[in-house]
Amino acid sequence: MRFMMLMIPKGYETAAPGTVPDAAAVAAMMKYNESLQKAGVLLALDGLHPPSTGARVTFPGGKPKVTDGPFAEAKEVLGGYWMIQVKSREEAIEWASRCPASENEIIEVRQVQEMSDFPPDVQEAAAGFAEMQMKSGHSQGA
Amino acid sequence: MTAADSSISTHQDTHRAIDAVWRIESARLIAGLARIVRDVGLAEELAQDALVAALEQWPESGVPRNPGAWLMATAKHRAIDQLRRRTRLERKHEELGREVETRQETAVAEIEAAIDDDIGDDLLRLVFTACHPVLSPEARVALTLRLLGGLTTDEIARAFLVPEPTVAQRIVRAKKTLAEKRVPFEVPRGEELAARLSSVLEVLYLVFNEGYAATAGEDWMRPALCEDALRLGRILAELVPKEPEVHGLVALMEIQASRSRARIGPSGEPILLLEQNRARWDQLLIRRGLAALQRAEKLGGALGPYGLQAAIAACHARARTPEETDWQRIAALYGALARITPSPIVELNRAVALSMAFGPAAGLELVDELTAEPALQGYHLLPSVRGDLLAKLGRFEEARAEFERAASLTRNERERELLLRRAAACGRTDQ
Repeated sequence: MRFMMLMIPKGYETAAPGTVPDAAAVAAMMKYNESLQKAGVLLALDGLHPPSTGARVTFPGGKPKVTDGPFAEAKEVLGGYWMIQVKSREEAIEWASRCPASENEIIEVRQVQEMSDFPPDVQEAAAGFAEMQMKSGHSQGA
Repeated sequence: MTAADSSISTHQDTHRAIDAVWRIESARLIAGLARIVRDVGLAEELAQDALVAALEQWPESGVPRNPGAWLMATAKHRAIDQLRRRTRLERKHEELGREVETRQETAVAEIEAAIDDDIGDDLLRLVFTACHPVLSPEARVALTLRLLGGLTTDEIARAFLVPEPTVAQRIVRAKKTLAEKRVPFEVPRGEELAARLSSVLEVLYLVFNEGYAATAGEDWMRPALCEDALRLGRILAELVPKEPEVHGLVALMEIQASRSRARIGPSGEPILLLEQNRARWDQLLIRRGLAALQRAEKLGGALGPYGLQAAIAACHARARTPEETDWQRIAALYGALARITPSPIVELNRAVALSMAFGPAAGLELVDELTAEPALQGYHLLPSVRGDLLAKLGRFEEARAEFERAASLTRNERERELLLRRAAACGRTDQ
């Protein structure tokens, strides 16, 4: 099973561009990341620049509208994520509990959807388009 | 929900949480104990005792802040009790006795430090011990999955489709053999390391292949073996990062695993690599596989057999469509593989690659040589490949005969149908 551990740092919603955590925090986090790697469960991880550098696309009336960050109404924003491969939700939670996070940080643990989670008709729909793209221009035979 | 109900469900929650902690900590725990007591069987018993204590105490007290240290401290206390009855082991008794006499907090702190310092080595010692060549492959697999993978005997039995008592016996006998042969709890040195490492990699790939061969609809423990093998491989890669073949094997497994969602058709039939929907290939795993391969290559020197197989898999993984496959590179890689692990199967694969790179005649030349190979006599893929190449060269009568021969040799119903259809198609194209 794959899980994402989503890092939600309080205050990141108003952080200025170029904000970096302090060296001690980074060192502790690096050690944690290493422990995930050494346990063979880490699949991927990334940090995200603060929302002040980002943009939001909303769709009022179905039409896209772009708003540059920061976003006044956002109370919680993502700072980064880990994706891990484990055997249970409890295992993912145990790993999240071991993160050297501060009082101001929340880690949300969410299972990644696998194709097999979906009913057959949805799987069909998802697979069909890609299949179509593949086959156009593909000649049969030698 | 009554108070009784909620306390039961809390206990169940804690049990599941403890299971999770066990999966994370058990290998390191057993490894650390094995170094002290010099016996993996005893180490596992002590670890299990600590687990029982956790199951008794943690539902009340909660899961401790550092569960690994708690388990290690508990197991060591029990080890002391045991060792006190064994006067021969006085030296170790002293070692442990010192830790027990200090205060609880310092004991835990020391253990935590010891875990950080030595655990890498201890885990590696455990890997080499569980995969010792004095044990049969099945025994090595069972012991590895048990001690390093944290699987229960039942899970191993379900995964390998053998009765649980068989697995239990295998593990008991394996531990006995290690004790009787006085297998030392250590990491092999120098020249011995390479040979012993290949024994470890063999176990991991065996586990992976067992999972890879599992079909949909079977017990989910079986395909889960791929994940177990991958996890153990990744762990090993961090323990011995300077060994290119470890990265090679991990790369191979990551890339093969990347195809798992594309390999099976809607009615459970296997789909050949060249016919798979590549949109279903897991790009995350491909990226990881290519990164692992790069680690192997960066270590310099020629790639070993796993590295070469990974490089071949990488060629396919990099091609967005079958037409973009770098067949020349694949042919060259099979050539390199043939030089270090010569086998008629490798040659046959090389022939296919040659035909894709340089045309069917180039492949046929090599395949014709292989028809005399005794090892390939009953192997349906030889006439199947030969038939395909002949058909591409317009030699339909001969191709049909080969497809029919291949169909008679395969035991797989679907494959037989496919081959007979190809034979029939040759008949129509003729004239």
